[in-house]
Amino acid sequence: MEPDELLHELEESGLRGRGGAGFAMGKKASFLPKGSMDKYLCCNADESEPGAFKDRLLLQRNPHQLVEGILIGAAAAGANRAFIYIRGEYELQAEILDRAIREAYDKGYVGERILGSEHSISLVLHRGAGAYICGEETALPDSLEGKRGNPRLKPPFPANAGLYQGPTLINNVETLCNVPAIIENGAEWFKSVGTEKSTGTKIVSVSGNVRRPGNYEIELGMPSRDIVYGLAGGPPEGRRVKCWFPGGSSAPVLVEKDLDLSYDFETMAEAGSMLGSGSIIVVDDSQSIVSLALRLAEFYRHESCGKCTPCREGTNWTVKMLERVESGEATPADLDVMADVQTNIIGNCLCVLGDSMAMPVGSMIEKFRDEFEEHIEQARRRNGGLPLAAHGGRADEAVGSTAA
Amino acid sequence: MNDADDRGVPDIDRIPEGPAAPDRIGTGERMGDPATVPDPAEVEVPDDFREEIERLMALYPDRRSATIPALHAAQARYGWCSPEALRQVAAVMQVTPSYLSSVASFYDQLNEQPVGRRHVFVCTGVACHVVHAKRVYDAIAEEARVTGLEDTEVREFECLGACDMAPIASVDGRYIGPLDPSDAPEIVASIREGRTPLPGRGLEDSDYRLPWGGRA
Ligand SMILES: Cc1cc2nc3c(=O)[nH]c(=O)nc-3n(C[C@H](O)[C@H](O)[C@H](O)COP(=O)(O)O)c2cc1C
Ligand code: FES
Repeated sequence: MEPDELLHELEESGLRGRGGAGFAMGKKASFLPKGSMDKYLCCNADESEPGAFKDRLLLQRNPHQLVEGILIGAAAAGANRAFIYIRGEYELQAEILDRAIREAYDKGYVGERILGSEHSISLVLHRGAGAYICGEETALPDSLEGKRGNPRLKPPFPANAGLYQGPTLINNVETLCNVPAIIENGAEWFKSVGTEKSTGTKIVSVSGNVRRPGNYEIELGMPSRDIVYGLAGGPPEGRRVKCWFPGGSSAPVLVEKDLDLSYDFETMAEAGSMLGSGSIIVVDDSQSIVSLALRLAEFYRHESCGKCTPCREGTNWTVKMLERVESGEATPADLDVMADVQTNIIGNCLCVLGDSMAMPVGSMIEKFRDEFEEHIEQARRRNGGLPLAAHGGRADEAVGSTAA
Repeated sequence: MNDADDRGVPDIDRIPEGPAAPDRIGTGERMGDPATVPDPAEVEVPDDFREEIERLMALYPDRRSATIPALHAAQARYGWCSPEALRQVAAVMQVTPSYLSSVASFYDQLNEQPVGRRHVFVCTGVACHVVHAKRVYDAIAEEARVTGLEDTEVREFECLGACDMAPIASVDGRYIGPLDPSDAPEIVASIREGRTPLPGRGLEDSDYRLPWGGRA
């Protein structure tokens, strides 16, 4: 097949990126300029978002499928150099993949003049060294160029100026693993399952408080309850779902009744959350929302690269405020300040790492405000502070009272 | 609770000062100027190490892309990204040691301090957090402390990408789980004695199964 035909088939299939943003894969590949310059394909195998472990499975069990997807994707986009950026912790997976790549070279599927044709492509496995941010599509090229993994200002987008400032297609492992089957069976076949705008199947990683955590391949549009309860067995005996992240730790949390929603890109977005990488973390009613929010915020503070201010400062102060909530030094007014900080992070950062904390933390304050307030009250009592109610919960007076 | 000064202004916890920048020059030993590309003639680099770095550089259109792989290699050889290790890599790659240090300091797996050759990363990420991973970490850290486990870095780590095995730890890259605090003595003892910790409970073990029977 010619590159144009490959592109056409991928666009027709409606395949959306499985790495987080859900952007149409064929369309993104078609953004790369034509011409004879060096073009790059980067397979994003950095998988570091809490709750995500589907790429690990594909790398471990289907490495050849990925290599094939990369070769077809590169042919469609006209790329002549391909890289797989794999997170440093995936040592076992890197070994397996390395073997698969060498086999592909030995067979002549990769390298100079593939199978005697005029197409040549190189494929290099590149190990990261422990930085979540390097999965972001502009930080990844910087890291691959041997620098600190700082995101770049967009535009230009990687399709125009990515790796080594050349046109670059960046796709997730699972996205690329879908490609060979689409080309073999056709776009119609792929579209025949899923919903109109969320075509195909998806691997969901279900974890947290469930009886059968694991990766499950589902048809997009399946009721969320069937995934959480039917496949993953629901929370342990006697426990109820308190909240769940539909798309990894970056997704705003949903609650029990939202399990009736259909699990697809549009429905999750309409519900105010996102499907993201398709990682469902289930949290049962034995968990404290405060310590969950704190643990989550600590992750983003640790992983913030520090390049832009709203993310660097916002994640840091959110952690500090949550620590005050946890220890009983906060007042309900602090919750408003904290919610305000989240609003000011969203949309104001170089990349969406800051938003990835602000959205879930904001959603927790909104949906579980009573629990936050109750926690503050109880912690204050434990600490011997006066009940807030006596002060009408006003921040200035309340702080004064602890000082007395 | 906060104390207040006499104006009634509460004393807020200040951000503690960060650690002082590590002394890259070392203990009086001349290590050269970190901001200058070392003269290859002046730096002794073992032949096989030089060849390894050169092979890595050849994989990329720009040799600097080999920075992280070369630092991984340096760490595997010397245990950490020591000033001398950085100088050797810098001499082969023809970059400055301070550039390498700027990269090493960004990444969690690259250490500019000697933290130990063995690594126990206990995941306390969000999905592990809700199944009480902190108790597992505390138990392992405490066991390592009271038994005086040497040359081993035990640390909390963010999501290891194996939340189906939660709570999980990576011992020198081998994923084991789900763990219970009661596994701590056996994990620490096996590291000390050079055995594989918890055989059969590692992701790469052929008979590995999740407790409910599923594959990971
Ligand atoms: C902080 C951050 C981390 C990310 N990490 C990953 C990752 O580990 N793997 C991934 O595929 N995409 C990750 N993404 C999304 C990428 O930026 C990009 O959208 C994706 O790789 C594109 O591939 P896709 O279109 O096939 O989904 C991350 C995004 C952000 C903002
Ligand atoms: S949160 Fe521990 S492995 Fe994902």
